[in-house]
Amino acid sequence: MSTRSSTLTGRIMSAPSIIALFLWMIVPLGMTIYFSFLRYNLLSPGMEEWVGTLNYEFFLTDPAFFASLANTLLLVGSVLVITVIGGVLLGLMLDQPIFGRGILRLLVIAPFFIMPTVNALVWKNLLMHPVSGMFAWIANSLGFQSIDWFSEAPLTAIIIMVSWQWLPFAVLILLTALQSLDRDQKEAAQMDGAGPVSIFFYITLPHLSRAITVVVLIETIFLLTVFAEIFVTTGGGPGLATTNIAFLVYTQALLQYDVGGASAGGIVAVVLANIVAIFLIRLIGKNLDR
Amino acid sequence: MGAIRLEKVKKTFGTLDVIPGVDLDINDGEFVVFVGPSGCGKSTLLRLIAGLEDVTDGKILINGVDVANEAPAKRGLSMVFQSYALYPHMTVYNNIAFGLKMAGESKAVIDEKVQNAAKILNLTDYLERRPGALSGGQRQRVAIGRAIVRNPAAFLFDEPLSNLDAALRVNMRLEITGLHQELKTTMIYVTHDQVEAMTMADKIVVLQAGRVEQVGKPMDLYNNPANKFVAGFIGSPKMNFIGGDYAKKHDCHEIGIRPEHVAVSTESGDLPATVKIAEHLGAETYLHVNAGGFGPMTVRATGEVPLGEHDKIWLTPEQDRIHRFDANGIALGKL
Amino acid sequence: MENKQTPLGHIGFSIFAWIVGLLIFFPIFWMVLTSFKTELEAVSIPPSFISFDWTLENYAEVQARSDYFRFAMNSVILSVGSTLVGLLFAVPCAWAMAFNPTKRTKDALLWMLSTKMMPPVGVLVPIYLVFRDWGLLDTRFGLIMVLFLMNLPIMVWMLYTYFKEIPSDILEAARMDGATLPKEIIFVLLPMAVPGIASTMLLNIILAWNEAFWTLNLTTADAAPLTAFIASYSSPEGLFWSKLSAASTLAVAPILIIGWFSQKQLVRGLTFGAVK
Repeated sequence: MSTRSSTLTGRIMSAPSIIALFLWMIVPLGMTIYFSFLRYNLLSPGMEEWVGTLNYEFFLTDPAFFASLANTLLLVGSVLVITVIGGVLLGLMLDQPIFGRGILRLLVIAPFFIMPTVNALVWKNLLMHPVSGMFAWIANSLGFQSIDWFSEAPLTAIIIMVSWQWLPFAVLILLTALQSLDRDQKEAAQMDGAGPVSIFFYITLPHLSRAITVVVLIETIFLLTVFAEIFVTTGGGPGLATTNIAFLVYTQALLQYDVGGASAGGIVAVVLANIVAIFLIRLIGKNLDR
Repeated sequence: MGAIRLEKVKKTFGTLDVIPGVDLDINDGEFVVFVGPSGCGKSTLLRLIAGLEDVTDGKILINGVDVANEAPAKRGLSMVFQSYALYPHMTVYNNIAFGLKMAGESKAVIDEKVQNAAKILNLTDYLERRPGALSGGQRQRVAIGRAIVRNPAAFLFDEPLSNLDAALRVNMRLEITGLHQELKTTMIYVTHDQVEAMTMADKIVVLQAGRVEQVGKPMDLYNNPANKFVAGFIGSPKMNFIGGDYAKKHDCHEIGIRPEHVAVSTESGDLPATVKIAEHLGAETYLHVNAGGFGPMTVRATGEVPLGEHDKIWLTPEQDRIHRFDANGIALGKL
Repeated sequence: MENKQTPLGHIGFSIFAWIVGLLIFFPIFWMVLTSFKTELEAVSIPPSFISFDWTLENYAEVQARSDYFRFAMNSVILSVGSTLVGLLFAVPCAWAMAFNPTKRTKDALLWMLSTKMMPPVGVLVPIYLVFRDWGLLDTRFGLIMVLFLMNLPIMVWMLYTYFKEIPSDILEAARMDGATLPKEIIFVLLPMAVPGIASTMLLNIILAWNEAFWTLNLTTADAAPLTAFIASYSSPEGLFWSKLSAASTLAVAPILIIGWFSQKQLVRGLTFGAVK
């Protein structure tokens, strides 16, 4: 269907979305880049001046940057490992015939729909509280010392909360992929004498590889900018123990009013995210051709 | 009235010449079949006539008026799609009525025309059903009904039978032919199946790589193919082509002989051959043979022939049925 | 593999699976249960599971003390509003890309996707400053715009993959039948695309409802939705667990229900059609 008039209508119909997105992303991004080269503090307006790459030098040599970079990588990496392995196992589990499988699946994917602030506060108070939390009670009744999660292992606590939230995402996608696996293939493998373990490694896992890649890439993009969970539980602390790059940029911008520094940090975050995004976009772009 | 004339119709996609330039005359009331292998441009040509694609150059005249730049709906044509393209969310009645509604016809007129079309096509009992609840043949009839009610200048069919099973296809073929005899409207029918072309057409247009290879009545194409391509495409099983000395004897580069024009004997003949596979169909027998220096050939014998693998036979082509071709594959006429 | 299981093994596996499932669900269950306890019972050790005085007091108090309803209204307005505005932009765009593709369509789609990959902190500063200067901070209009733009790429993508599944033959048939472009879209395309559009809307409502970066950074009171309301519980005064639980239960319940209904369609939207 390619007539001249239809091509033109197509342009007109898609223009509003494209223009809106352009104004929303590219223009502010340009402003961020511009700000990142300025000395610009909201507390001293009118004093903006060009400082070249000074903001980047400050941001990238700030010990807080390394601490938050390490925290970001640790957070992303741990959550990815937990959700992908857990997702495959739970996906395989839910792919079996189980009594009440439909309901069970609903229970497993429920955490994904919980808003991040609720997730964080419920875990912080009802579960991880060192005196009255569920975990403390379980630890005490088993004869262990209860852990004060947010002062002794704050990052671990955040990792647990975020993993709980994203595990269902992995399950949902991997289960969908599992269900699209051709039964004939499995049966052919069985006829060839493959046991359950070989079927898993030679048939199921290769079939899942694409879905796993998608899970890893999409989760990475969201996990790089985890914010609300930190905001309502630890506020980045104690010290810098739970500050990730997103939170660091936020504190610089809206708590210290250092627009220039925050912009430089924002650009660093964009660069980090784009390294992942390039792979994801390539993958999806290939998919588009089919 | 529906006389259609194509003048130097051209279509390019980017740098690709899909239709390098076609001239064609379709008379009012004629049943014309565009036939060719897949990718030959026959569907594109139909879509150009329908207005679903822009022509790159040239004129499309319907009853003398150039419509090349008109929207599809303004051309007064109806189309039946390969996938039927019924509206899945509408009843059969509304599917058929949709075009009339778009044209702003009154309720009474719409009802009369829909009921009338339904009667012709045996759909009266199914008017309140959705397409999803119909069989393939019924869907096909709804698609035709949708085309009929608009009283088009011409019907365009885009491989309408290719989604049906073999038995139904034969039925629908007869129904469409019957419909043409009843309505006497111009029909342009695209297919890759030469049997459909032979059985339905008043005029066949054979296309290859966007070019018209030959235009003519079915039996003209069968008896006097203009070139090797048409000769090979029309007729089933395919014509046999033999080069070398046997062709030289006929003063040409290559000869073609149809399987049904070779006499089979177990005693004597022009060419010795060995049967490789014999397909017994009852009314006829296809013999796939190895004819010595001439390579593999297919021969069609009528009735039951008691031959099988490794049997030695003699073949004699009917001399007045031999087609002669030059080195470029152009027919040279009979000896 | 499964057809070789013995009935006993089948039951055993089911029990195991249910234990795992219930463990994952436990925090939500515990939250709902706590919302029916008094504050004292909520912090009691050992925790009480059933033997407590069930009370609805917390729900009443959440509304009385903190005007829960206003935040909930904001959440509804923001999520539904941004979804409707989004549809208005995304449907024509997805239509054009699915049915009138040009050489640049693929690039445009991938570019849209790439904007979604941009971390919000990368544009936080300019957006914040523009909002401040234009008086959009803490306004519903401003947030609807932000949420709409944030989710627009997902909407276009999701609709695009659904539209792609509609055979273009049918739209061409409508065109042959004399339908103009608006009629073609209204009478033929939209009715066929209803399931796809519905799941696109649901996913967007979920994403907008739970969005907790912009809603926390760009609101203070007037336009603040439930995410911000719940966040206000992070600085506790006195005993508050039951009330927090009640407020949380109210905040997640509608989305949990929507999410459960649309779980199958969500995969496509969340993976940009890469997994179906």
